Amino acid sequence: MAKYPYDPLSHPYSALQVVALVAMRFAIGWHFFYEGLSKITNPYWTSAGYLDASQGFAADWFEWLVTDPGRLAIVDALNQWGLLIIGLLLMLGLFTRTVTILAIVLLALYYIATPPWVGLEYAFPQEGAYIVVNKNLIELLALFVTLLFPTGRMIGLDRLIWWSRNTAPPEPLPAGQHA
Amino acid sequence: MSDEIRKEDGMIDDPERDEPTGDEGPVEQEQAGGARATPEPPVPPPPASPTASAGVTEPPAPGMNRRDVVKALATVPLVGALGYETIRKYGIEEARSEAIAREVGIELESPAFSEEAISRSSQTIRIGIIGNGGEGESLVRSLGFAHPDWIQDRRTSAAKDPRDRHLQEWLAQQDLNVQITAVCDVFDVRAERAIAASTQPLRPGGDTRTLQPAKRYRHFEDLLASPEVDAVIIATPDHLHATITMAAARAGKHVYCEKCMTRTFEEVFPMADAVRESGIVFQLGHQNRQLESHEKAREVVAKGLLGPLTLVETTTNRNDPWGAWVWDIHPEGNRSTIDWDLFQIAAGNRVPFSLERFFRWRCWYDYGTGLSGDLLSHEFDAVNQILGVGIPKTATASGGIYFFKDGRDVPDVFQAVFEYPYRDLTVVYSATLANGNYRGQKYMGHDATMEVSSGLKVTADGSSTRYQEMLEDGTVSPSRPMLTYQSGYKGLDAVTTATQEYFASRGLMFTYKGGRRISTYYLHLKEWLQAIRDGTPVSCDIEQGVQEAVTCHMATKSFLEGRRVEWDPANRQIV
Repeated sequence: MAKYPYDPLSHPYSALQVVALVAMRFAIGWHFFYEGLSKITNPYWTSAGYLDASQGFAADWFEWLVTDPGRLAIVDALNQWGLLIIGLLLMLGLFTRTVTILAIVLLALYYIATPPWVGLEYAFPQEGAYIVVNKNLIELLALFVTLLFPTGRMIGLDRLIWWSRNTAPPEPLPAGQHA
Repeated sequence: MSDEIRKEDGMIDDPERDEPTGDEGPVEQEQAGGARATPEPPVPPPPASPTASAGVTEPPAPGMNRRDVVKALATVPLVGALGYETIRKYGIEEARSEAIAREVGIELESPAFSEEAISRSSQTIRIGIIGNGGEGESLVRSLGFAHPDWIQDRRTSAAKDPRDRHLQEWLAQQDLNVQITAVCDVFDVRAERAIAASTQPLRPGGDTRTLQPAKRYRHFEDLLASPEVDAVIIATPDHLHATITMAAARAGKHVYCEKCMTRTFEEVFPMADAVRESGIVFQLGHQNRQLESHEKAREVVAKGLLGPLTLVETTTNRNDPWGAWVWDIHPEGNRSTIDWDLFQIAAGNRVPFSLERFFRWRCWYDYGTGLSGDLLSHEFDAVNQILGVGIPKTATASGGIYFFKDGRDVPDVFQAVFEYPYRDLTVVYSATLANGNYRGQKYMGHDATMEVSSGLKVTADGSSTRYQEMLEDGTVSPSRPMLTYQSGYKGLDAVTTATQEYFASRGLMFTYKGGRRISTYYLHLKEWLQAIRDGTPVSCDIEQGVQEAVTCHMATKSFLEGRRVEWDPANRQIV
């Protein structure tokens, strides 16, 4: 660490890097938001078919989620509103770190529910051609980059939170604390 | 550019990391370094401890300036762009569906469904079951009386596959306030099964009555003479329907009769006349009459949304031995447990005892009419329910025994074409028992095509006259349905075979009401019981039955005689 000539705390990214990182964060947020909204506005939407088609090591657990209507309703609501809220917060750069982690968890669930692994066949149509890597995984990795190269306090509402936290108390807060 | 940014906004002094932690630092630094576009002047390395790092590098917080606010809110206008685009998209869709709604004047949303409870103080209807085979047992169970084996099987199955919710759905049915008081079956095992079901204590709708077992009658005439029977379910093979229904009408017992209504054309009008004259409530067992999508389809046609309708194509595809009537031969079935003479009283031909013929009766014309009476009857009844076409002017049928060469004499591939010249309409039925490709039921009009299953889809035709303007302005398109009706049911169906899928798609097992899955048998029986109690109409009465039976028998006659046949309404004859 000490040998490295670059300190992200005092030395963040170039303007172009900031633009690229924020654009990626924002685009993923946009995608999450509209995925959520389109599910919320479709009265017939349910995750049942997707979960039931699950394959791979976690298939039994995903199918178990579907078997009880009450459980399914909770899973559906978490998906719909989870996507919408995560998407909105990613776009706004609010609680960026937390929602990035939640988004990664959600995408990991989507990935392991229907992994595009060799030998697994799915009944539902695919909109592209995938082997091991699919768009869920790529979006997940993009979020991982977003997590490690955070931009919420540069361009985003986290900046305001940071500002108020660091001006209101007489002593600066340890950086480990976060909204 | 990077210098500029740092100078302008004081970013050098801002710790931009959300929560710096010791373990992610090196990764971040390494990647950040690698990703940099231009080399930056070296800066002093940060202290080892993150806490100390924050303490050292954070500025004394001079107060938020305008630039901070701008940066914090920089993405908000873009969120606004998303909001704008979203509103625009929904606006376009809304305008489109409003335009369609204005044009078609129809509401396809699934209506809220509430069942009227049947009062325990209502008349308890005492039911006799005549013919307690597979279908008979389903009907008795739908009334609330399951055989203990079925309950056990459902529990075992649900333990293996939690999607199997048949037992819960059955228990969620209403208590219909009926009792199974009598059974007549020529096979001892099946009669005993009805008796076992009649006292089985686990029943839907919180029915906890302690009931007397059903009494077994050897002959249906004895059952019909019993004062302890108000109404009968006739679920025998087709060849016995007319004989038993006419006897029931004479005895004043209400009848729920399975389809096909009769085995022969000659039985149709005597049976219908007997029912009409007796004043009993008669319901033919086309439970798919209860399908919600059929009601919607009727509305679509009645409003003329399809334009001039010239062709209806309806199909049956099944591909397993069970679907081709190769049913199990019960190990206890033999000459002493089956009353073969009584079974044969109305059969086409009397033959020596045959287990195959008894247990797989649909394979022989002596007891039924094969695809015609079994599945064309359902398909025709659906078309008749939706269009009200009645008996066709002519019928032409063809087919053969092409796959199940097992000694049967009915075809396993069967096509029938019905002409309705006075409606400028052809109805085509096409069936095979050796392929499971789903083909559905299509209504083809000049302006639109309607596909009917447990859901409904109406798609405008590219050359439609009525929708020409809407096609031009993109409001409707041949590539997407302009109207759909979906069940609103969000669960999963534990449907596994092609035959089961066929049954499910045609509403022969269940429909969806208010997002709930409900047995169509149950609804169809309930309608019949309601009619017995208060005289409300049934949906598949004797008139509908006559149209069903005559149409099927026209197809059968055409197939057997290898010629086109015609309906002579004046003389009530197929010529």
